[in-house]
Amino acid sequence: MKYNIFGNGKVAFGVILLSFFVLLAVFGPWFTGSVLGLDARANDITAIAAPPSAEHPLGTTQFGQDVLAQVIEGARGSMFVGFLGATIGTAIAVLIGVPAGYFGGTTGNFLNFLTNLFLVMPVLPLIFVLAGYLQGTGLVMIAFIIGVFGWAGGARTLRAQAMSVSNRDFVQAMRMLGESDRRLIFTEVMPHLYGWIASMFLGGLIGAVMAEAGLAFLGVSDSSAISWGTMIQAAQQQSAVLRGLWWWFVPPGLCIALVGTAAALINFGVDELANPKLRSASRRVAKRTAAVQRAALVPEGV
Amino acid sequence: MTFTQTMRGDGTAVTTASDIVLDVDGLSVEYASAGAPVRACTDVTFQLRRGEILGVVGESGSGKSTLITALTRLQRPPAVTTSGRIVFHPQSGRPGIDLVQLKPRALRSLRWTSLSIVLQSAMDALNPVMRVGEQFVDVLRVHDRSMSRTAAWAEARRLLGLVGISADRARSYPHELSGGMRQRATIALALACRPELVVMDEPTTAVDVVMQRQILAQVLRLRREFDFAVVFVTHDLSLLLELADRIAVMYAGRIVELASAQDLYRTPMHPYTRGLRDSFPPLHAPLERLEGIPGTPPDLRALPSGCPFAPRCPAVMERCHEHLPLLTPRGDRSVACHLHDEELVR
Amino acid sequence: MTSTASAVSAAAADTAPAESPRTPRKRKRGRFLFRRLGFYLVAAWSAITLNFIIPRLMPGDPSAAIIDQLERVSGQSLPPDTLVSIQGLFGNPDDNLFEQYVAYLAQLARFDLGVSIVNFPVPVADLVAAGLPWTLLLVGTTTIAAFVLGTALGVAAGWRAGTRFDAIVTPLTTFLSSVPYFWVALLALWAFGFVLGWFPLAGGYDPNIPISFDPAFIASVLQYGALPAATIVFSAFGGWMLGMRNMTVTTVGEDYVLLAQAKGLSPARVRWRYAARNAMLPQFTGFAMALGGVVGGALLTEIVFSYPGIGYLLFSALQKRDYPVMQGVFLLVTFTVLVANLIADSVYVWLDPRVREES
Repeated sequence: MKYNIFGNGKVAFGVILLSFFVLLAVFGPWFTGSVLGLDARANDITAIAAPPSAEHPLGTTQFGQDVLAQVIEGARGSMFVGFLGATIGTAIAVLIGVPAGYFGGTTGNFLNFLTNLFLVMPVLPLIFVLAGYLQGTGLVMIAFIIGVFGWAGGARTLRAQAMSVSNRDFVQAMRMLGESDRRLIFTEVMPHLYGWIASMFLGGLIGAVMAEAGLAFLGVSDSSAISWGTMIQAAQQQSAVLRGLWWWFVPPGLCIALVGTAAALINFGVDELANPKLRSASRRVAKRTAAVQRAALVPEGV
Repeated sequence: MTFTQTMRGDGTAVTTASDIVLDVDGLSVEYASAGAPVRACTDVTFQLRRGEILGVVGESGSGKSTLITALTRLQRPPAVTTSGRIVFHPQSGRPGIDLVQLKPRALRSLRWTSLSIVLQSAMDALNPVMRVGEQFVDVLRVHDRSMSRTAAWAEARRLLGLVGISADRARSYPHELSGGMRQRATIALALACRPELVVMDEPTTAVDVVMQRQILAQVLRLRREFDFAVVFVTHDLSLLLELADRIAVMYAGRIVELASAQDLYRTPMHPYTRGLRDSFPPLHAPLERLEGIPGTPPDLRALPSGCPFAPRCPAVMERCHEHLPLLTPRGDRSVACHLHDEELVR
Repeated sequence: MTSTASAVSAAAADTAPAESPRTPRKRKRGRFLFRRLGFYLVAAWSAITLNFIIPRLMPGDPSAAIIDQLERVSGQSLPPDTLVSIQGLFGNPDDNLFEQYVAYLAQLARFDLGVSIVNFPVPVADLVAAGLPWTLLLVGTTTIAAFVLGTALGVAAGWRAGTRFDAIVTPLTTFLSSVPYFWVALLALWAFGFVLGWFPLAGGYDPNIPISFDPAFIASVLQYGALPAATIVFSAFGGWMLGMRNMTVTTVGEDYVLLAQAKGLSPARVRWRYAARNAMLPQFTGFAMALGGVVGGALLTEIVFSYPGIGYLLFSALQKRDYPVMQGVFLLVTFTVLVANLIADSVYVWLDPRVREES
């Protein structure tokens, strides 16, 4: 079914915002280097912990590094982990969730049990323990850890959806006709789940960006890499709060929040498109209805 | 002696003004949309007599479901009533009340005590986390503040008993009752405050034929006992022929024919009604070829000028594409069709 | 559901024998909870086993390394019980894997989690026991507050869906829910602690007042806890609110709410007893998933505020590679989350009479 995706303000705004950050991640560092002439790692000794100024639009860190350059550089680091982590997480969720829903019986139950286990396990302490043993890991490893520990929620949803699709008559009929399970899953069941998978990916994106930030904040990250998380961590280490260096930790956190909001808005808007009850409750519909009501001079209310 | 009398067993009454419980005049409902508004109901006019059963029949998209929510003021956005009156005449002889213009608070006091509704799917209509009896108790007590909880529960059990549900099931949750029991419970619920009018939205569509019969028999029995009028909406004309006193046929948001059930069956005036009647096979008549109605109902966003049925009508004339036929009375029945225009009849 | 589907299910239900409700419902609930308990026991066992396997899989010999460190820190060789306890947790070169596992389980049953490297010779169990009440206080109160606030606001927005209230509150809350906990914590600390000086900058209580239940101490606990608690509630309620709003909107579209309005019930009753009561149910199943995240977020917040709970303990342990503490905290947090989940399940069973066999 064709929906007018961009007719919905929320989705449009979210897509634009997210695209901005993706572009920033891809082209940003080149931009800061060549056009702005700033280096995220260069220490400007003349401006240590300096507030925003013409020369350093977002100020400098305790080490004299330009915050704006770092934020842009950090976009690449954070978005990279975000996308990679979301991809890994979504892939695992699909691999476990869909078969769990399609196959009942022992396989389904086992996969479901695995999902519930990962769901209930508090992930952060476990990551701590692992991280303690793995000294200083790269961004890829971080993304991998995030993906491996974050798939459970998505798998649960996919299982429920896959189950409802698989129990429909046409799938049952094909199974009885002897169609191979693998073909059935890919050609008949999966197409109904694309929407859910996409929404899961977006949710995973923000989850991964936040998780990376959290992990970096705790020191579990590549110390040489720059991401929004490492920036906040460095700020915390240098007691930025006590020194009043707000320009150091506010921008990276704000960026994380904006990326998260963008993803959430897109999901929200897509929800509205998919669920007619949400759609008829939207502001747009309410406004239109009110306009017709006013023209008819009829009192509203139930 | 006609086949209808075995089911109903009562005669018709002479109509006088005070006998009218609901007077609907020019009711129109629109759905607000991005483009041109969709007119789901246009100029619906009819009168309902006290104790009468009026059947409303039509295909999907005919506007019959919209009519129900409009009559009971239960519309949700984007539906809006744009014009018309729905005048309710209470038994007490007090002046008629226009439901369309009524403020929410006054409307609420009218609800259930004067006008109640039975929905299509009883499973969805009952609150799943509330005991069945409790759902009677809360409506009883909101309309009669002097009633104690004990008295309300006793009344709830009595009402359930009226539809053949044993008293000990009153404390069950909806999902613990069978489908037929749930539907009967919602009918009992609709009668809890002795309304003068009950609107029923396809209450038997979701049940099997045997249960359908039981439910209809129960509705008729209850109506004889409590004397309420019924607006019964369905897509199943054959059902209405046995149940209803009069039947309104809707097409593309308009009433195209309104007549007594017998007249409608014997001598349908509108080609659409004839098509509907001929669409289902009679049980006892010899086998003959079934005629459907070719074509599909029109898109309400793009109604043709003139009669909306013209593209599918077997008796279409030149005039039908140009002028919209209005619902005009012909004796004690009404029809909206150029075939029965004064000049032609003469 | 299409009308044909509901017709089929209704017809099928019609032929089912009408059962007497009382006993089977209670039995069903009991069975459901029993199965959940079984699951949590298995999950707990998995956590314990994971805790057992990880150090033994790591390169090198963590056990020997830890013993080395401990002896260095204490300046003497370890007493034999401590030696046994550390080896039981991290690897005993003498026994085979199975014997080690049995010894490990026995050790855990005695609550022996080893000895902290950093705080030698304090046993890990004591450290954890000291920090636990603070974290429970913080996480407990804030989770409930965030849940209540989020749910109430969600119902308000969902009921008024499409109005200006909803059009403002919902996107705003979306933004708030995307903000990382610890960043908000930093911001709050800077704004209210540093710039405005309204709240202290670190700790859980005034170190000058002795720990007791007298009002002065309680007041200081509240004062020190205010900012961390506010931060968590502020960051956490958004998720609850949005989920509840959407669920409320969907529920309001259901036929039973329509019928409730048709009955002429007061709007308040319809909103709470019919709509909210049903919309709330998925919130509780979501509670389980959220709890893990809430705990994580609380840990991070503790770190920012140097709040003397388990999170802070874990963080310091991570920084100094105090493995016994790290693993001890992991086990404890896991058990707490499982218990909380079980409680949430019990509440859910009480709320929803339709509870099914399948978990």
